[in-house]
Amino acid sequence: MSIEQEVEILRNIPLFANVEPAKLKLMAFASERMMFKPGQVLCSQGDPGDSAFILIDGKANVEVDTPEGPLTVATMERNDIIGEIAILCDVPRTATVIAESDLVTLKVTKDLFFRMVTDFPEMGVEVMRVLAHRLEATTAQLMAARAGNA
Amino acid sequence: MERNLFKYIWHHSRREQVGILLLVAISLPFYFLSLNLPKQIVNQGIIDGYDLIGQAPEEQQRSLFSIDSIFGLGGEDGLFEGFLLNPYAYLLALCVVFLSLVMVNGGFKFFVNTFKGQLGERMLRRLRFELTDRVLRFPIPFIRRMKQAEVATMIKDEVEPLGGFIGDAFVTPAFLGGQALTAMLFIMVQNLWLGLVAAAIVLFQAILIPKLRRRILDLGRQRQLTARKLAGRVAEIVDGAVEIQAHDTTNYERADMTKRLGEIYDIRFEIFQRKFFVKFLNNLLSQFTPFIFYSAGGVLVISGRLDVGALVAVIAAYKDLPGPIKELIDWDQRRNDVQIKYDQVIDQFQPPMIIAPELQDPGQDSGPTLAGKIEVNSLTLEDDNNTKLVEGVSFDCDVGDHVAIVGPSGSGKDHLSMMLSGLIPPTSGGVKIGGRNLHDLPSAVTGRRLSYIGPNTYFFPVSVRDNLLFGLKHRPLREAEYDSEGKTQRAAHVAEALRAGNSDLDYEADWVEYAAAGASGPDEINVRMIQILKDVGLEDDIYRLGLSGTIDADAHPEVAQGILLARSALSDRLASEDAEDLVVRFDPGAYNRNATLAENLLFGTPTNPIYATDALAQNPLMLQVLKEKGLTDVLLDMGYSIAKTMVEIFADLPSGHPFFEQFSFIEADDLPEFTALIARGEKSGRAALNETEQGLLLNLPFKYIEERHRLGLIDPEVERKLVEGRQRFSELLLDQDPGAVAFYRPESYNAAASIQDNILFGRLVYGQAQAAETIGRVMSELLEELGLRQRVIEAGLDFNVGIAGSRLSIVQRQKLGFARCLLKQPDVLIVNEAAAGMDSSTQTKLLETVLHQRRGKGVLWTLQHPRSAELFDHVLVMRAGRVAEQGSFAELTQPGSALSALLAAE
Repeated sequence: MSIEQEVEILRNIPLFANVEPAKLKLMAFASERMMFKPGQVLCSQGDPGDSAFILIDGKANVEVDTPEGPLTVATMERNDIIGEIAILCDVPRTATVIAESDLVTLKVTKDLFFRMVTDFPEMGVEVMRVLAHRLEATTAQLMAARAGNA
Repeated sequence: MERNLFKYIWHHSRREQVGILLLVAISLPFYFLSLNLPKQIVNQGIIDGYDLIGQAPEEQQRSLFSIDSIFGLGGEDGLFEGFLLNPYAYLLALCVVFLSLVMVNGGFKFFVNTFKGQLGERMLRRLRFELTDRVLRFPIPFIRRMKQAEVATMIKDEVEPLGGFIGDAFVTPAFLGGQALTAMLFIMVQNLWLGLVAAAIVLFQAILIPKLRRRILDLGRQRQLTARKLAGRVAEIVDGAVEIQAHDTTNYERADMTKRLGEIYDIRFEIFQRKFFVKFLNNLLSQFTPFIFYSAGGVLVISGRLDVGALVAVIAAYKDLPGPIKELIDWDQRRNDVQIKYDQVIDQFQPPMIIAPELQDPGQDSGPTLAGKIEVNSLTLEDDNNTKLVEGVSFDCDVGDHVAIVGPSGSGKDHLSMMLSGLIPPTSGGVKIGGRNLHDLPSAVTGRRLSYIGPNTYFFPVSVRDNLLFGLKHRPLREAEYDSEGKTQRAAHVAEALRAGNSDLDYEADWVEYAAAGASGPDEINVRMIQILKDVGLEDDIYRLGLSGTIDADAHPEVAQGILLARSALSDRLASEDAEDLVVRFDPGAYNRNATLAENLLFGTPTNPIYATDALAQNPLMLQVLKEKGLTDVLLDMGYSIAKTMVEIFADLPSGHPFFEQFSFIEADDLPEFTALIARGEKSGRAALNETEQGLLLNLPFKYIEERHRLGLIDPEVERKLVEGRQRFSELLLDQDPGAVAFYRPESYNAAASIQDNILFGRLVYGQAQAAETIGRVMSELLEELGLRQRVIEAGLDFNVGIAGSRLSIVQRQKLGFARCLLKQPDVLIVNEAAAGMDSSTQTKLLETVLHQRRGKGVLWTLQHPRSAELFDHVLVMRAGRVAEQGSFAELTQPGSALSALLAAE
């Protein structure tokens, strides 16, 4: 898969939808493409995080440790981003991510991510937008959960 | 050292100086003769010959070489009648004699100069050796205060002129003085008055010039001091580079440099001004004398009181006079100059105390194993200001005890441990080991039976192995093997070394005291070293260094063979782990998309830098291959694509952005050039670019790795062409420059490539998670199974640690320092906060291992963390230079004790 195809994929990700192609190309060029086999671990809960993964192809399961053992809380697919929280706010990985099928990802290091955001503020705005959406969704879920409990 | 330079020279070269003086004395009569001859040639050869030529042939005959005529005395004494010759033959004979005398004089000069040169070099060698010898005997506190650059300048540069002068010290005044006196005497013999005039002027010169030069000498002294300080400052700028840049003080340094250079300039300029004035005066005076000779001498000749020949000879003799006189004055100047230099150098090499040479005598033996008690008796150390750093420390313990010294920093614990190792002499008090006074013990005992390791262990820029063995090289133990020619040479070197007062110990001999490390020879010591590296937790590091190191496959064919086995076993092993897709092996018939294009074309490791990746676009052989195989255009197209992408994605980045260095094929500075190039290319096509531009493009694709950079530039057709190019390149290279590239051959070991690359024989596939870790583990397992791990570690032992060990991390250095001390199995190991760079769990682990290793053998350890003192038999708590308390850990941890306070503060 060439860099041009990667750029196409990046453009389909909401976070990068509004970023200029040349900058996406730079990001793709400066990132490592990383392949995982089924069962391989992308990141482990509690480890320090130094990079995020953009899923280009395949599926991965997100698991969290619970007293009853690991619990799969989500399945990530093509165009999803994994691990961005840990690189944004320096907290340990909040979940373990395991490849379910053969997985192709683009590994964006913390350093690269921050530089991209610093150098291209429009990307920062995009990140904010995505996070705000997510917060909004989480809040809605929380409200729903409370309403259910009540 | 002897303070008077002349006494020093005379003391060490009496015989040679006398020899030269004799040689000079023998040469003087010949010199006198050569002065007299011109007169004889003019008067007897030419003028008399002209008179005789008209007479009958038998009347023309004259005798040559009768004794009296040789010395021009007149009168006959009949000792030797000489040869009878006609006027032409007579003249010719005189001229031939003149020529031979010139040659004889030249010969003397040649011998004297050679002899002088040799003498000077010998003395210089002696002086440098003595100075270095003194540095080796300086007490540590003194040497700590010296600036290393200044010491180096003194030994290397400042004594250099001394060598030139030493040969001249006695000979020059004798030889030149003799010459000048002879010439003067000769002039006097010809005409007293002319002689007196010449003498008066010479005397005037001899008195006036040195007076004028006194200030120059003074300036010379200042010049030397400022230059030495400059060297010290330059070294400081290098050493303090981090601080200077971190604090943005480069301009402060520039100002300081400017000021210093300004001072030096002023001094030097004044020297030049004065020097040339003296020269001018000197020349004027020298020319004044011929003026008198021509005028007054001419009058004497006209009036018949002097013959023409005599005047010619006087003038010829005088021509020889200013030379010697000037050189004599120069000599005097140099004498003053070198005496100043010598004084200043010697001053720096006179510490208040110096280690007696007997203590470092190579014949000294380390004696029996130390036993009994270590008794420390009111040990006190004062600094220059009489401040007490350590005061009245007393304790005793057995040689085999483990003693911890704890205390806050500044409590004197580090000074105490240096005194206990004998490196710093105490101001008062003493240390006795087994009843013997530590400071009277030869270094053969203190440096072998004791072993000190401090916080900043120094490493020499040699291999790990040599740094480890360093602690075992006390004296040559087994002679180096020489062939008969080598033996003769060695004997000559020793004789010459002894003549110059140097050491006769052979550097090439085997110095390693294997027995001290508990080994019988070179093979066993390897095992010992590796064991100790394992103990201090450095074995893995050295193993990794070994993997990226090379081995000499000719010297160790069995290792190379084993590594080839590992190479062939690697595929199966990876397959068994379902990981065979992590590596793409090198295949002579296939393009490797995980390697650079350059590597694919070379298909080997360059041993000559003109075949390095960066140089291939200029390499004629490679250019020929590209042309022949129609690859030039392919590569230019690739270069164009790369340049276009780079220009596109890096255009907005400010130059100096770290991405350029990390990712770009084009440096930030060159980007505008490529931007313009691409703009032109887009307008009129790639083919329209000129040769320079094409050259720029051709540089780019060699570093390209398809799988990593993913620009989609290499399709199967290009792959096929490149593999053809690879084959053609190897044909051409084998024909034209064999050996410049070590080719990858599946069946043979590549000695130019690292062990790791030889096993891998391919490239890791980009973007496979855990690839490096998996391969590293598999390789390690394979090497273990093949029994090669030790050989890899041995290859790691050849790793050069760099200047002061800079290629190792601090922790690695500290561990290596421990390994070096442990290897020589000292009776007492003295450790001074030598593990400070390690994290506390590594420190504790090392401490436990070392103490375990040294059960029953002494350890005196100055600890960073008082908690660790628990592991020791005896604890010494230092406070403000004194022992606050001592005893076992359990005794000292009662509430309210100094140790409890330290533990609480930790």
